[in-house]
Amino acid sequence: MALIRTPLGRARGMGASKHGVGHFVAQRVTAIALVLLVVWALAASLQMAHGDFDSAARWLASPVNAALAALLAFAAFWHMQLGMRTIIEDYIARTATKTVLLVGNVFICWLGGALTILAILKVALTSVAIST
Amino acid sequence: MADASRAIRPRPKSPSVQLGGAIWRWHVTMAASILHRLAGMGLYVGALIFMLWALSLASGAGAYGRFTQIIGSPPGKVVLFALTLGVFYHVSNGVRHLFWDAGVGFQPKTASTTAWLVIAIAIVATLAFWSVLFMEGAL
Repeated sequence: MALIRTPLGRARGMGASKHGVGHFVAQRVTAIALVLLVVWALAASLQMAHGDFDSAARWLASPVNAALAALLAFAAFWHMQLGMRTIIEDYIARTATKTVLLVGNVFICWLGGALTILAILKVALTSVAIST
Repeated sequence: MADASRAIRPRPKSPSVQLGGAIWRWHVTMAASILHRLAGMGLYVGALIFMLWALSLASGAGAYGRFTQIIGSPPGKVVLFALTLGVFYHVSNGVRHLFWDAGVGFQPKTASTTAWLVIAIAIVATLAFWSVLFMEGAL
């Protein structure tokens, strides 16, 4: 039976099979964004490392910092979902294990991204009261 | 003869699979590639720590205090040090990959040189980062 199927038919469901371009482009675009955002975040963390709660909340109350932090979370969780997917697809051969890990990876990244961005927005939108 | 031509030959295998990978000679470009994936997996955890930072900040001063206490403890600092090494490496080597995507830097000699370069950048930048933290009195 397997010999009747075309090479494309056999490849379907086993990998990218003509759907890899979106993954490739998204991986690169998020990578370029993350180069800039990570450098910004590292510089900011140097300034915040010895700060307390109030200084951190005041820092995140700035719209520029809040927007960049939210974008960092968005790009990072997207990028790591794509990267971990590649690693799972490369090293896990068993379909059941691979599927569970791929779905788990998607859930972790979406949940992590949603929680991080929501937390950032909460601080950004409520800390006016804290800073006064 | 007819039988031999009809028999299905074993499919060719990737060199990394043959002999359990033993036919690969160690090379810095190989190490750079493995380190990129290892650092990426480490940064997966790093992103979740970033999430905990935001969540604790959103939960109030008490939660934020507990968060900074944990990441400021000696084991927490070891994890953060490893993460800074990982982030500097993954970002530098990521830029190296972006140059490759543009078709630049594929000469074997260039690829080896840039592999050593990104490893050196990661180490130097990590030490510089923690030196600044130390001088700030944040450690």
